Order: sequence, then structure tokens, then C-alpha cells
Amino acid sequence: MGYEWDFAAVFQYRALLWVGLQNTILIGFTCLTPGLFFGRFVGAARFSGRWWLYYPAAIFVEVFRNTPVLVQIMWFFFAFPILVPFQIDAFSAATLGLTLNTVAFSSEIYRAGLQSVERGLWEAGRALGMTFWEQLRRIVLPISVRRMLPAFAKRGVELFKMTSLASVIAYGELIHQAKTISTIAFNPIKMYTADALIFFVLLFPMTVLVRRFETRNDPRGR
Amino acid sequence: MTEVLRIEGLCKSFDALEVLRGIDLSVLKGEVVVLIGASGSGKSTMLRCVNFMELPSGGRVHFEGEPVGTLRGNDMVYDERALIRLRARVGMVFQHFNLFAHMTALENVMEGPRTVLKLDPATCRARGEKYLDKVGLGWKADAYPAMLSGGQQQRVAIARALAMAPTVMLFDEATSALDPELVGEVLETMKSLAEEGMTMLIVTHELGFVCAVADRVLFRSEGRILEQGTPADVLTHPQQPATKSILRGHGTFRPLEPNLD
Repeated sequence: MGYEWDFAAVFQYRALLWVGLQNTILIGFTCLTPGLFFGRFVGAARFSGRWWLYYPAAIFVEVFRNTPVLVQIMWFFFAFPILVPFQIDAFSAATLGLTLNTVAFSSEIYRAGLQSVERGLWEAGRALGMTFWEQLRRIVLPISVRRMLPAFAKRGVELFKMTSLASVIAYGELIHQAKTISTIAFNPIKMYTADALIFFVLLFPMTVLVRRFETRNDPRGR
Repeated sequence: MTEVLRIEGLCKSFDALEVLRGIDLSVLKGEVVVLIGASGSGKSTMLRCVNFMELPSGGRVHFEGEPVGTLRGNDMVYDERALIRLRARVGMVFQHFNLFAHMTALENVMEGPRTVLKLDPATCRARGEKYLDKVGLGWKADAYPAMLSGGQQQRVAIARALAMAPTVMLFDEATSALDPELVGEVLETMKSLAEEGMTMLIVTHELGFVCAVADRVLFRSEGRILEQGTPADVLTHPQQPATKSILRGHGTFRPLEPNLD
């Protein structure tokens, strides 16, 4: 085979890749934290029986679940600035798209987790004389959060892979850096291979952790 | 004897379905009252109206001499905080135990005193241990519900209700979900409670237990109380056709009296 797997150029531009890795991690966590935080409110709204909470939350979730993330990111970069009186940089646009997407998906995890708790456990708390919030805090949340953990970890892995989409609006994460280097060094195959390896090293431990969550046999009825 | 509970003209409908059509009942302190009747005759619903897990659609409930709710126009208005205080005074045991899966047996029993009564941790622990011992499960204090048999889970559930020091205990088919060999231990626990003078309102299909423990049996059918009296009256000399039919059903197949010596 005539192809030379020469990674010298990759090594030569390692400083640029390093910046890419930092940016990937930065945008990943910037989206994950508020995504999970606000997801609980949207999830609670969808769990609620009140229509004025349920319907807005449902519409929000369905819009973000049923459109491509790539389009969401591009929309916030190109279309959103037309609607608002300020400019928006690539980082903010990508963060907005990915965060709202994470809010939508994590809200579904919260909702499913809450719904997985048997009605009888709410009732047992209520029969003891607990208020709604006591039932939620003492019984339902401790049980459901345990059940949600694997799904959240999975979502985290998904989110880090989705950050690569921010490259289309020239945010300098790993993929965009690889693209930039390959236009100088003419080595796209090696650059993207290097990117894949970096992502793997970053995310594989997380995936192993998820499996741990799933297989751990916990007597506390997960 | 003081009257713990008085129910007057209790009605409950779910949409168009009338489950309770005017129930009157008075329960004295220390009395054990058993509700029997066909499935779907509203026995559970009646029990759940006593601690207001379901809000009655009509009628009045007096608990410990006090009327529950206030009449506003033609409607009863129930203040949720008052209902919460009432539920803390009424113990309930469910068919499916409903133990808190993430807590040990002891933590389950301590939970009411801790969260609802807001007692200090040492008192909660002492109470938890006391009532877990009472149902014979002190040695399982650190076990999670999933590690206990159905009978043990139900006894923990009884201890959990008792730890609130309730005025009256409600048993909603407490043994219906249990394997036959586990029914006995739960009924024994209930019997010893009755002997200690606990006021109890019980829904059950265990007629042998009813004979041994009940002070009064109410036979319910189609949303009403059809017949009531001592177990001897209702179970051996039923007057109403519906009561006879149910008792005939129970007696279709009788086991031989086993010689267990």
C-alpha cells in the first residue's frame, strides 16, 4: 500500500490541537452544566398536570428533539442575530444551540425518572402526613435520581461528540483545528484520525463509568 | 368509650361512577371493624376517604370528635394542611407494602417521626427500633426492602405506620399480595395490635382472621353497608342474598382440617 501514515505533521501542529481540545472541553462543560440544571425545571413542567406549564415545555422539547443539532447551531449563528439587536460569536451561538438541546433531552430524563417512581411510594409518604414537597424531597427524588444517573452520563458522552458540530461555524474546537491544520499541511486523513483518537481517550472512560452505573446491583431498588 | 371516627352519609363518585352511596359508620376507641364485600364494592375507596387520600364527594367525617372540613354553601371545603395533620394521626397499610426502596427497614420506620413529626434523631431512632422490634424485625433493621420477604416488608410497613403513634390504623387488603405461607405472620402482627387495644379499620378477605379478631363486621355491596354485626352474626347467619352469595363463594372449596401434631 502506498499510503504513508506519517503523523509528524500532527505532532508539529500539536499546539493548535491542544487549543482545540481545550475548547472542546470548555464548550462541553459550558453546555452540560446549565443543560442539566435547567432541564430539571422543564422536566418538572412536563411532569406537572398544569396545562400552562405542560404545553410550553412540551413544545420546547419537541422542537429541539425533532430538528438536527447542526441546524440548531447554524440557526443561532446566522438567523438569531437578525432577530436580536446584537452580534453573536461562534462560541455563544454553539453554546446556545447545544445547551438548549441538552435542556430538552435532559428534561426528558428527569420526567421519565420521576414517572418511574411507583404511585404507591408517593401515597405511602402522603399517608404518613408528608406534604407534596416532603414526598418529593425525601422519597421520589432520591429514588429517581439514582435511576437517572446512567442516562445523564450517556447524555454527557453524546454532548461531547456533538460539540464537533460547532466546527461548521468556525468555533475552534478539535474538528475545526484539524480542518485548519490540514489546509496547511495537506494531511486531513491523519488530522481527523488524530481527532478520533483524542475523542476516544476522552470519552471511553466515561462510557465505562456508565456501564458501571448500569450493572451495579444496588439493593436500594434501582 | 370515646368515638374515634364517625362517618355520616359518605359519598364518593369518580366521574359518573358512584362508588360510595351514603355510608354511616361510627368506630369506638379500641374497636376492630372489618369491611368485607365483593371486589369493586368500594371497600378500599371507603378506607381512603377516612384519611382523605380521596376526597369524599359528599357526607361528613368526624375524627376524634372534630368535624373534618368546613361547609361552604353546599360544598365541603378541605384545607390541605388540616388533612396533612389528620393523615399523620391515621396509620395506613397498603396491599403492596409501598416501602421506601432506598431506605433500610429502620430508616423506613424512622421516616415519619423524622420528616413529619420532626422529632430529634435520637428519639426517631429509638422509636424506629421499638416498633421494628414490636413486629419482630429488629434483627432486620439494616436490610433494604428488596432483601426482605413480602411478609417481612408488610410488617415493616405496619411498624412504619405505628411509629407515628396513630389513633386509628387502616389496613387495605394487607395480605392480598402475599404468598399463602407469608399471610400468617402479618395476620399475627395485626392480631396482637388488636389485642393491645389499637383501633383498626380493616379490609380483608381472610374470613378466619375476621372471626378471630373483629368486633364488628360490615358487609358492603353496591356502595352501601348491607349488613353488619358481630362476626358470628354476619358470617354464620347472613340475612341478605348478596352476603349469602359471597360467603357461599368463599365456602365452595373447603380444605380438610389438617392434623399438625
